[in-house]
Amino acid sequence: MTLLLLAVNACLINNVVLSQFLGICSFLGVSKKPDTAAGMGMALTFVLTLSSLVCGILYHVLLVPLGLEYLKTIVFILIVAALVQFVEMFLKKFAKALYDALGIYLPLITTNCAVLGVALINVQKDYSILTGTVYGFATALGYTIAIIILANIREKMVNNDVPASFRGFPIVMITAALMSIAFFGFSALK
Amino acid sequence: MTVSSILAATLMVGGVGLFVGIFLSFASKAFAVPVDEKEQAIAEVLPGANCGGCGFSGCAALAAAIAAGNAPVNSCVVGQKPVADKIAEIMGTSAGSDQRKVAFVRCVGDCERTTENYVYTGPKSCAAVKFAPTGGPKSCRFGCTGFGECVQACEFGALSIQKGIAHVDEDLCVDCKKCMAACPKGLIIEVPYHYVSHIGCVNPEKGKPVMNNCKIGCISCQKCVKTCPQQAIEMVGGFPVIDYAKCSNCGECKANCPRKCIV
Repeated sequence: MTLLLLAVNACLINNVVLSQFLGICSFLGVSKKPDTAAGMGMALTFVLTLSSLVCGILYHVLLVPLGLEYLKTIVFILIVAALVQFVEMFLKKFAKALYDALGIYLPLITTNCAVLGVALINVQKDYSILTGTVYGFATALGYTIAIIILANIREKMVNNDVPASFRGFPIVMITAALMSIAFFGFSALK
Repeated sequence: MTVSSILAATLMVGGVGLFVGIFLSFASKAFAVPVDEKEQAIAEVLPGANCGGCGFSGCAALAAAIAAGNAPVNSCVVGQKPVADKIAEIMGTSAGSDQRKVAFVRCVGDCERTTENYVYTGPKSCAAVKFAPTGGPKSCRFGCTGFGECVQACEFGALSIQKGIAHVDEDLCVDCKKCMAACPKGLIIEVPYHYVSHIGCVNPEKGKPVMNNCKIGCISCQKCVKTCPQQAIEMVGGFPVIDYAKCSNCGECKANCPRKCIV
């Protein structure tokens, strides 16, 4: 039950993009089309879930007993980078279209601050391995929800009469800001 | 900080790195995608600067397009003929003798031939000066304003401002078309390399107003149109334009231009 609450919290109330402002780069960059946005969400879900699991295990099994907690950042980023490489190979083999659509943003998941951020939050909040993994998965789910909503809005917005000076990126920023305000409404769920 | 803690940290990070490396090398075997040999060979021949002059997002994308037959072998504007020949060899075709193209600025009204109507103190940008009264201080409102947006756009140092107007060094130009996009007046066009005649004016006005504003500007007398033995010159929007597909590079128009604005 606490896990479910944690998941809802990570997913909606403390949405990773819209209220913690992590992972904005790909959120704004890959949200032009709903299908690539969904692909990005899935790729991030995979990386984030696995990285929080592996990082959790590594932290609790190796780093803490050996007293090497101060190495967590460098070790976590190694794991994240490797997982991203793995996802890249996987997609290149089994989903070439998605691989091409994601383009440069795929390797950039490595530097997506949401991934390292979640691994470090797990340590900061003393989550166990299971809790940390659920938290990672829920965070990624929140990211996926946010990016899919933005992608759909952006697709609809193409037909709208946007004032000339707001066309392109500015209106996306404003949309993201409005979404952030809307998601603030979930804080009443607490 | 003792030696053992340094050792522990090194072993820890090294160990994780080693494990990750082994894991990835196995993964890359398991998920190997057969790479097109041609594509790889082409990618090696290309300059690798990822300038985007070909219209693709980078050299790797161009290599893939050429290997798939979606782009001509001479697509790389930077590498030009040497690269095109090598790629043609890989693809088993000939590069063909496609005419090399360069950029040309259609304005010859430099500061000795035109005058300044007033002192302009605004932003030093062609895009900004467009909004000044009469399109800037220059007496001719159609010509090059010479703030050098094109010079900044050029990554190959082929453009320079000489006597207040932009000038292309044909030998350095690789026809990447970035200056054409940068010029807010659209004065820069693509012309064949080392042709003798290019019409260096886009002023659509006739006679007197042109003469007042520029010592060399085109007065739309249409003499070049009449003298061209190939009928390659046409009046488009009030000024002559050479169709280089028809042009035989004879230089007749240049010799007969009363205003000497064909350069």
